[in-house]
Amino acid sequence: MWPVDRLRRQEDAPSDRPLVLAGRIGNRRVLTAVEAGLGLQVGMPVSKAQALVQGLRIEAANPQADLASLERLAFWVLQRIAPIVAVDPPDGIVIDSTGADHLHGGEDALLEALTGRLALSGVTARAAVADTWGAAHALARFGGDLAAMPPEALRLPPSVVAGLRDMGFATTGDLMAAPRAPLTRRFGPELIRRIDQMFGHASEPIDALRPAGLIETRRAFAEPIGAAETIARYIGKLVTALCEELETRGLGARRLDLICHRVDRALQTVRIGFAVPQRDPARLTRLLCDKIPTIAPGFGIEIMTLTATITEPLAARQISTLAPEAPDLSGLIDTLANRVGPRAIYRIAPVASDVPERSVRRIPPLADPTNNGWPDHWPRPTRLFARPEPIETMALLPDQPPVWIAWKGIRRRIKRADGPERIFGEWWTREAERIAVRDYFRIEDEAGERLWIFRAGDGEDAATGSHNWFVHGVFG
Amino acid sequence: MSAPLSDPALAALRHRIAAIEGDPAAPQAVLPFGVAEVDRRLPKGGLAVGCLHEVAGGGNGAVDGAAAACFAAGIAARLQGQVLWCVTQADLFAPGLEQAGLPPDRVIHVEAGDDTAVLACMEEGLRHGGLAAVVADVARLSMTASRRLHLAAKGSGTTGIALRRWRRQAEASDFGQPTAAMTRWRVSVLPSAPLPVQGVGRARWLVELLRARAGESFDIELEACDGTGHLGLPADVAGGSAATAGRRAFG
Repeated sequence: MWPVDRLRRQEDAPSDRPLVLAGRIGNRRVLTAVEAGLGLQVGMPVSKAQALVQGLRIEAANPQADLASLERLAFWVLQRIAPIVAVDPPDGIVIDSTGADHLHGGEDALLEALTGRLALSGVTARAAVADTWGAAHALARFGGDLAAMPPEALRLPPSVVAGLRDMGFATTGDLMAAPRAPLTRRFGPELIRRIDQMFGHASEPIDALRPAGLIETRRAFAEPIGAAETIARYIGKLVTALCEELETRGLGARRLDLICHRVDRALQTVRIGFAVPQRDPARLTRLLCDKIPTIAPGFGIEIMTLTATITEPLAARQISTLAPEAPDLSGLIDTLANRVGPRAIYRIAPVASDVPERSVRRIPPLADPTNNGWPDHWPRPTRLFARPEPIETMALLPDQPPVWIAWKGIRRRIKRADGPERIFGEWWTREAERIAVRDYFRIEDEAGERLWIFRAGDGEDAATGSHNWFVHGVFG
Repeated sequence: MSAPLSDPALAALRHRIAAIEGDPAAPQAVLPFGVAEVDRRLPKGGLAVGCLHEVAGGGNGAVDGAAAACFAAGIAARLQGQVLWCVTQADLFAPGLEQAGLPPDRVIHVEAGDDTAVLACMEEGLRHGGLAAVVADVARLSMTASRRLHLAAKGSGTTGIALRRWRRQAEASDFGQPTAAMTRWRVSVLPSAPLPVQGVGRARWLVELLRARAGESFDIELEACDGTGHLGLPADVAGGSAATAGRRAFG
């Protein structure tokens, strides 16, 4: 639970004593948050918990600190995941992932990445994607079918939930089947509103988190706008104002969010990122205007806001006319990254590994030069297949190159060959590689085509590999 | 063919045509291959810098594009600056490129989803002007697209190399379609240089210049790029006529 996770993250020396938080309800001291796996429940008297679990550490609950900390977490999510994020107290964060999920490879990948990163930093989180805030709230906390949710999933005051339970309403399905007017008369309009919000019959805008100090410009229009040229013109005005503000603070933007509020209360968002901090209005405007086709203006846009979500110091820099400067590629990198995605643009750096597919890694395109390469005492192919392709061969064991190979149904007679180059498995990475061996050969057929083939295994001991042959690459 | 190329009357005519085409009067820079047999037959003695060039592989090379990639890497390696390499399928092996003269620090890879995106990224790179060369693996290249790329390259002085590579052998007939590229090369693998011992010698290619604006086409047998991106003239060909040697090896 969030309050416990928060305390655990903040303590310097992690202790393995079970931790619970306690608060007061009336004159009773009860648990307000517990760690999972203790068999304790929220609302249990402290004395009972102490009797059940030995060595229990009890801390006083601090709802204000929890909320402040949750807001900081929400801001972290805002910077990294999606432009519209809000706190869902006491222990939730709601994210409008419209227009942001494709940047992370789809909704499922987004959820997995988010929960994975939270888990790495010690926060246990459950996440769900749904069409409405209410449904996502219920699914993340209770799971299962929307019609079978308990009344607690409806974000209602405890007194209303208790009243519903007293009247025998166990699920949302029961509530949907009941006539609405008597329910409203008894419990007030809140109940029906929450049900409608869950199923998308009533809108529920997310009031996006905007922490103090966030640089934002905003423009409201007397008449809703919709034409691409008009949007482009106002983007230019917003960017100019934002860049002035950034300049007075000596900052540059690393990430910009453009949020368009439509007249039907829907939001359209555009997010762009930069490889290095930027505050050049022409460049920012151009990158934002590239994204105009992704904005659906519908019946018109009423308000546009532009936010610098991530900023970094950007100071003036002394340049010299004596030493020629390397050309600045950051503008090009930004344009390409915003078009094909930041992960699809990279440089390759060497890794000290003999296994060919592990000898390369991707680094950001503007990273510092590594200034080293690979050892070049063996020729390496220009094209390397992601997955080695199996071939049929006839070869003398243990260390002769094949006499012929058959690849993709074509048989080739081998005229010349180099090898074997023996590559041992990396026993420190996986148990299966402890004695694995690959013998690589560079072969040339009658037509002059040069291929890189290998045999899994050393040709003598079956434990070192299957002794099947594969093509791994093509030489130029 | 070499005598008329240096004819002053023809040179003056070319100058006038260039002026009509809207080219700046200043002579275009060229990148010599460093092989006299090749440079002698190219207009102005080298590969024009700041233009679009096309390279494809012959035979199976139309699909794997390995030799063509090496050839392009060799050209890019001999230019100064960073190289942008746009691909649809990421199967380039950086150690192999380094052995063709292009170290990993100099190459920025872009993985675009489809041909259209690759062309857009290539044009963006050519327009920027801070790069030495932009190489892109392209299957279909229309006249309009190639014209855009060529104009972008001319505007910034960045050399563009369209590495034509198809998914199937049958689609390689597309290479006959006209484009606005300055030169069109086909690089096919040949058996390597014979060694006195067992083993594979330095790779050899049949390099064919299929089309060159203001130039003659030719074919020649060459040794593949060394560690600095330079091609070599095979010793057994250097004595005789390259054209007949190429025909002999190909037929």
